[in-house]
Amino acid sequence: MHLILFFIFAGCALAGAVNLLLQSHPINSALSLIVVMISLAVLYLLLGAEFLAIAQIIVYAGAVMVLFTFVVMLLNAGREERTRGSRAALALGFPAAVAIVAIIATVILRAQGLSTAGVQQGITSTAELSRVLFHGLLLPFEITSVLILIAILGAVALARQGNGDGERKAGK
Amino acid sequence: MNSFLTHPIPVSWYLLVSAVLFALGVIGFLVKRNLITVFMSIELMLNAVNLSFVAFAHQWHAVKGQIFVFFVMVVAAAEAAVGLAIIIAVFRARNTLAVDRINLMKL
Repeated sequence: MHLILFFIFAGCALAGAVNLLLQSHPINSALSLIVVMISLAVLYLLLGAEFLAIAQIIVYAGAVMVLFTFVVMLLNAGREERTRGSRAALALGFPAAVAIVAIIATVILRAQGLSTAGVQQGITSTAELSRVLFHGLLLPFEITSVLILIAILGAVALARQGNGDGERKAGK
Repeated sequence: MNSFLTHPIPVSWYLLVSAVLFALGVIGFLVKRNLITVFMSIELMLNAVNLSFVAFAHQWHAVKGQIFVFFVMVVAAAEAAVGLAIIIAVFRARNTLAVDRINLMKL
């Protein structure tokens, strides 16, 4: 059962990632990225990370991708233009990418001590996760709230800046 | 056939999926010509790394690996908000999203 689920959703993730590269319209790329993220959430569940699977769906497939599709539609992004890349880059780039994946794959497959995964080996419950997070790692957790506050302020400042300049120019 | 169905999955397969996803993200980052799609490729790379974090956390029964993924998610969400704000600012200034035309700092 786990094997079938793994193959279905790993295949979905890889197919979505390939589709992200092949599509020329940004909204199609965004939708295939959502497929990748939901498939990854199922893979997290197979690895026993229940909290992260739900967080992946809510944060990534929900919030972040809504932001992406919102910006794609706001900016009315059209098809991307096909530009002529150099022939040498094409001839060298894809074999190089395949070679890097092959090297990583041989390292992973030859690695000693990697076991097998199954839910019977235990699901990390949310209670266990939060105990570690709020006891040992409380300070980093609190610091992330400052990070998010700064990110919000930065996003608002960046998105408003052009507007303010435009008004100033219009005022002159 | 029954043993095939109940056979547990090697952790290395998850790592392989993660490696291939990361490579696809790198290819997208280099090949795509739309600013938003380039940014999506970065998110794809972050997700691929998260998958290997979860796989290793499962391998060594380490809860801290999953907490690391949680922090990566937080940082990625903040990065997406700021990055998309920058993209909006760039679009206002240059009126295009094609990375070839945003070449003010190019040699």
